[in-house]
Amino acid sequence: MSAADAVAVVLVVGVTLYAWTGIADFGAGFWDFVGGGRRRGERPRALIDSAIGTVWEANHVWLIFCIVVCWTAFGRAFASIMTTLYIPLTLAALGIVLRGSSFAFRKNAARARQRHIAGWVFGIGSLVTPFFLGATVGALLAGRVPEGVAAGNRVTSWWNPTSVLVGLLAVALGAFLAAVYLVVEANHRGERGLHDYFRIRAIAAGVVAVLVGIAAVVALRADDRRMYERVTGRGLALLIVASVALVVTLVLLARRSTKVVRAGGALAVGALVWTWGVSQFPYLLPFDLTIDDGAGAAVTMRWILVWFLVALVTAVPALILLYVLGQRGEIAEEPAPPEAYTGPTGLVQ
Amino acid sequence: MTAMTWWLLASEPAQLVPARSQMAFTLGFHIILVPIGVALPTMMLIANYKGLRHSDPVALTLAQRWSHAAAVTFAVGAVTGTVLSFEMGLLWPGLTGIYGDVFGLPFQIEAISFMLEAILIAIYIYGWKRLRPWTHFWLGFPIPFVAIAGAFAVISANSWMNQPAGFTLGSDGRPTNIDPWGAIFNAALPYELPHFLLAAYMAAGFTVASIYVVGWLRGRRDRYHRLGILIPFTVAAIATPIQMSVGDTTARQVFHDQPVKFAAMEVVTETGSDQPEVFFGRYAGDTNTVSGGISIPGLNSILAGFSRDTVVHGLDSVDPADRPSNVTLVHWAFDIMVGIGTLLLGLSAWFAIAYWRRRDVPRARLFLWGATAAGVLSYMAIECGWIVTEVGRQPWIVYNTERTADAVTTSGNIWVTFGVIAAIYVAIGIGTIRVLRAMSRRWQREDADDASVPYGPPDAPGPELTAVGGDQP
Repeated sequence: MSAADAVAVVLVVGVTLYAWTGIADFGAGFWDFVGGGRRRGERPRALIDSAIGTVWEANHVWLIFCIVVCWTAFGRAFASIMTTLYIPLTLAALGIVLRGSSFAFRKNAARARQRHIAGWVFGIGSLVTPFFLGATVGALLAGRVPEGVAAGNRVTSWWNPTSVLVGLLAVALGAFLAAVYLVVEANHRGERGLHDYFRIRAIAAGVVAVLVGIAAVVALRADDRRMYERVTGRGLALLIVASVALVVTLVLLARRSTKVVRAGGALAVGALVWTWGVSQFPYLLPFDLTIDDGAGAAVTMRWILVWFLVALVTAVPALILLYVLGQRGEIAEEPAPPEAYTGPTGLVQ
Repeated sequence: MTAMTWWLLASEPAQLVPARSQMAFTLGFHIILVPIGVALPTMMLIANYKGLRHSDPVALTLAQRWSHAAAVTFAVGAVTGTVLSFEMGLLWPGLTGIYGDVFGLPFQIEAISFMLEAILIAIYIYGWKRLRPWTHFWLGFPIPFVAIAGAFAVISANSWMNQPAGFTLGSDGRPTNIDPWGAIFNAALPYELPHFLLAAYMAAGFTVASIYVVGWLRGRRDRYHRLGILIPFTVAAIATPIQMSVGDTTARQVFHDQPVKFAAMEVVTETGSDQPEVFFGRYAGDTNTVSGGISIPGLNSILAGFSRDTVVHGLDSVDPADRPSNVTLVHWAFDIMVGIGTLLLGLSAWFAIAYWRRRDVPRARLFLWGATAAGVLSYMAIECGWIVTEVGRQPWIVYNTERTADAVTTSGNIWVTFGVIAAIYVAIGIGTIRVLRAMSRRWQREDADDASVPYGPPDAPGPELTAVGGDQP
């Protein structure tokens, strides 16, 4: 395995970490968005708020990490992707702006009306970003991004059945993963009502994800036979892992177990990301540009690997510390009875 | 318009102006948030240390409030920074596509620093009520260093664009013999980095102090406002004289490293010795002449090389197509930056003398008015300095190596995206100011709560929520 291959693996790992954290965060935004009117939605929204508040930024940085690694390691592929897919990627960036600014402002928005607006903004950002990032992956998978600045079709490269379905799959998987995390969170806090609330939604989102996923594979078969054969050939083992993990998680959820559902849900999502990576290997832009042809200087590749290790060695302990402190704080603080959440208004809270 | 400039305009890609406008706008917005994220944590820790060391609750209150303000601006900066990382590909595929593996590595360092700073800020805000005081302080202690590492990375990439290094151009026009460390530690880094860090400390220091000066002028002359002025103003007043010296060195280095940029900064039209120092004035590109302005004979040569005999390259030393697109803008920005720096140096000296004599904030109203304006002025200077370095480098995106026109995308209708982004950013700007003001009002009511800031611990249902509930029908 060359250093360039290893960097490609780092990118897939980065996308996996982003899917586990950032995409799930957008999924929480989805549940916030569809949570219903003020009274009905207030308790789930309070749980969502407190569960994802602190770590949004750290989740989000994995995307920035992937972007900068992509242009440092595979500049030609990066330039091709960003220019051919500028429409979905611009919209994804705008979604991140909306999501991130509501993170910055929402807790501070003192008045009901401001919170209401922040809730809408949060919700729209949460739908737009995973969809268009997913559509970007779909466009790559379907081989619609040729090498060269703006070389591909600027609309059909992503507005086609495969890409749109992969975009919807990203939304569904984010919603699924978020609901699974929130089930555990609700259970941890002893909130029976919310436990069931998110349990049902996790199952629903998981079933939708399975259906959308099957549809995406069927669309890919019609779209790009070569890639379809890779996904169902060398990707098959991972696809089975993903399916089994998903089904087991759904069964556990149906049986009201919370034991390994987080790991199961994460494994399902991770295995799907890896299916994409394995199917595409060794192409950066199927079937136009390979990793070796698109890679930058070997010395840069080695340094990217070093800095990835630095990122793991420094950020992971800090994240664990934050998590441990957070858990300890919650145990120390008396959890408030749900009746105390009387205030909230609008879409938020 | 002469035939020549018309030809220049006609030959440049249609995307260039909107792409440069969008980049300028988004970067110019982001750069407002950066000094707070880089320098405010230091002041917060100074106040924290002072509060713990001398059992001073007022200093601790300041530290806590500054940590909350830092969190808001840091969170907004995360968003605007993300847009910039997208724009590196959406707008400038010719830069990242060709030179990505030469200059891209620092951005990875930046991403790591950024993540660490986000986590550490979250821990710090979380820890105010939950950790032992000194443990809390020491967990916050790395934040300024992580912030400096992030600034180092971004400034390294920018200084590389000014003094490209770490590669040789192959026969196919692509870089070979790549040495990422040579690119990171390029010739412009040693002056760009201290120049920017000092600017960040000045801007953050003067801005934070100015907020308390306003309160002071309104008669709130308590210990809270006094410390709120003294800590940040001292930091800024220490940084200012160093900055004047570093800035002077920087200008002289630019004179050596980027003679055309220097010619634009000082609006030198023709190469020669005994160059006058021209303040303001208007540059006419088609005739390569300056009209108006105040001129001091020989001073420019003396400043650049300590002698009237120093030869300074003029804009005539290069083809009109290789001159910055807007010389007057670069020149005015440079003069305004230096002028503001000089004013702030005077203000810092005044503060130093008054503090040395009476150990207090100077009493004179003139000083207080100056200190009120100092925050905005230091930000104007930062924007001007950024215009000097970016517009002054044109028409190159990588100095003397790649033209901005060759790096710009061919995709999309950038005026549309620029319009949308501008509208959203205006909303974000208004939102940031309103949120900070709302925090300030809450502080005046003395009901600050960690849960109400980004990175803060999970919401505990408290008075704030029930207050909101009061709005319900």
